[in-house]
Parts: sequence; C-alpha cells; structure tokens
Amino acid sequence: MAMMQYDLVSPERSLASGQASEVRIPGSEGDMTAMADHAPVITTLRPGVLTIVSDAGTAEYAVIGGFAEVTATSTSVLAEKAMPVAEVTADVLAGLVSDAETALANASVDGKDSAVKYLDDLRSLGSTLGL
Amino acid sequence: MPNLSDLKNRIASVKNTRKITKAMQMVAAAKLRRAQEAAEMGRPYAQRFNAVLGGLAASVGNSAGAPKLLAGSGADKVHLLVVMTSERGLCGGFNSNISKLARTRAAALIAAGKTVKILTVGKKGRDALRREFGDQMVHHVDLSEVKNVGYDNAASIAKDILGRFEGGEFDVATIFYARFESVISQVPTEHQIIPASFEADEETAGESTVYDYEPSEEGILADLLPRGVATQIFSALLENGASEQGARMSAMDNATRNAGEMIDKLTIEYNRSRQAVITNELIEIISGAEAL
Repeated sequence: MAMMQYDLVSPERSLASGQASEVRIPGSEGDMTAMADHAPVITTLRPGVLTIVSDAGTAEYAVIGGFAEVTATSTSVLAEKAMPVAEVTADVLAGLVSDAETALANASVDGKDSAVKYLDDLRSLGSTLGL
Repeated sequence: MPNLSDLKNRIASVKNTRKITKAMQMVAAAKLRRAQEAAEMGRPYAQRFNAVLGGLAASVGNSAGAPKLLAGSGADKVHLLVVMTSERGLCGGFNSNISKLARTRAAALIAAGKTVKILTVGKKGRDALRREFGDQMVHHVDLSEVKNVGYDNAASIAKDILGRFEGGEFDVATIFYARFESVISQVPTEHQIIPASFEADEETAGESTVYDYEPSEEGILADLLPRGVATQIFSALLENGASEQGARMSAMDNATRNAGEMIDKLTIEYNRSRQAVITNELIEIISGAEAL
C-alpha cells in the first residue's frame, strides 16, 4: 500500500508524525479518508475522532477545531485541541460540553447555528467514545 | 576610614546578594530551556497555519466579500495596541524595551490624529504605561497566576480582542512583544494582527497547488481568521516567555559578576584597614617603648 507523510499538530506541540497508509478525518462537511494521491483539499474540522492507519497499527486522536490540509503526498492536521483518545475522560468532555453550553447561551443570533452544531458534535464525540 | 566590622558586614551582605542573583540566574536558565522548547514546539503549527491562511487570504483577499478581519473595518481611526510584557521584574531591559516601542508608536499615532487604545498583558507593561497613557487603557490581562502559558490563555485574549473588534471599538490592532533571538538579544517587535497581515513565505510562494475547499473558501477563511488571531497571540506569548527568561538570565549573570567585583574591592579595603590598624598599634607600642 502506498504510504504518505502525516502530521498532527496542536498549537502547543506536535502530537504525531510519520508514514501512514490512510488518515480518517472528521471534516466539518462529513468524514473523509485521505490516502496517497488524494486530490489536494483543505477542510475544517468538527469535533471528532481522527484515525491514523499505519504499519504500526491504528492510532486514534480526539480533535477539536482547526483544519486539515491534504495533498497527494502528505496530510497535515492542525487541530486547536488534540489528544489521544485514551486521554479523553468523562471529566474532560464534561468541561468542554459545559463551555460549549455557556457559549451557546451567549451566542448572538448569527452564531447560534454554529454553537448548536459544535455542541452536538461534542456530544456525538462523547457517545462515539462511549462516555 | 570605615571601621572593620562595618566592612565585614558589607562583604557578608554582598555575598548574600551574589548567592541570590546566582540562584536566580540558574532558575532563569532552567526556565529558559523549557520556554524555548515550548516556543519550538509551537512553531510548526503557527507556520503551517499562517501559510495556509496566507494562501487563502491572497486568493480571497481582494474580493468584495472578504471578511472584516482581513479587509479591515474600512477605517483607520482607532488603533488598539496590545502590549505584552512580563509579570515580574529583574529581567534587565526586557520590559522597558517593549514599553518604549509601544510608547513611541502610541505617540506617533496620537500625533497623526488617531485615537489610541491600549490593552496590556502582564503587570510590568501596565505599570510602565499607566502614567502616560492611563486614560487610554481599556483592559488588562493578568497572567500572574499562570505558570505555563497555554493556548487557552491566548484564546481567551483573542476572544476579548475579537469581541471589541466586532463591537466596533477599534479599527487596527497591533501586538507588541519581544522576539527571542538569543540569550543576549531579544528584539522588541510590533506586528499587526487585525486586519490580518501575512509575511510572504518564500517557500509557499512558489507553490501553486490548487486546493479544493470544504466548505467554501470564504467559509474556511471566516472560520480560520479568528483562530489565526489566537495563534499569533499564542506564538507572541511563547516568544515573550523565552525572551523574558533570556533577559533575566543575562541580567542576573551581570549582577552576579558585579557582586563578585564588589566583594573583591571590599575585601582589599578590609585587608588594608586591618593592616593599618595593626601598623598603628605597632607604632604606638614602639614609640611607647622608646619614650622609656
């Protein structure tokens, strides 16, 4: 299987980097799987699980906010918040959800839709992870 | 001639000072390493982010529907200066250099008939600017409780600034911080964040990959620009953190060296005085004996 370079970086550190056969990205318009020779695309992310399939196995990261840049030879995911799935505990998620709820309560008319969507995405992330 | 016990006390006190400055220097060195690591780890994200954002901005930037964060509010009247300094002193010229740059800029803007508003991050900058620009200060961000600046700190500062921008409080925002060049050189820098300005990246300028955008180009830009503000503030905070420790390290190194010189000087003076006392006593004894 053709491999491609992948990078997962958050503002504070670079989480993962290496060669992968596929990267499954939770795009804001729907999930997509990036593989080698993918058409170049830039997509924003919704809160969800990013899956990296490489020779070493499958690694899963929870990502929140940011975007992914896919080219034929590489995939870089720049997530505002990113952590290995194992580090996402019920407490962490509850904190994020309550932040999102406050944001929704304070949201202007224009921002309401995106705030609602953000909250829903967070909740579905929680249910995917079984929290 | 100062008496002997006074000199002895002074030597002891300067020695204590030297111990303290030496300890502070070592603490600063350890913190500097951590701050530098943090700054380095934050770099890939900021670079990629700005490259993508810059590319997007270039393609959408000139169209009529460009977001306000990129195109500006159409006016150039009210300037917000975001002055980032440290919470603690004893770091040489670090804080005063940043404040000086901000002060010059503010004076120039005022002279040009613009309105200036100042937002300070870090206590030292606020103290330095309060006397001159007390009326122009709109907000202060206190990071004294924060041990390691995280992205969340930057995000909340960015949120505050963006809220003010949307409320029409200012037209142009500029951040002031010190770029870390080396332990002995930290360069006070100003950088305009709203409307967003991007340094042309030579690496990506040559590339002309045509991307598909999901959602639309404008949608992504609208989503990313506010994050871009946070990213730029975050990297400025990281640079500032490293610069502060670097400045403190070299300031404390100087202080330690000065204390050492002072101890040497005082010790010589102490020895001379002691010798003088002994000589005096001898003369008294000898002349006493001769008188008999």
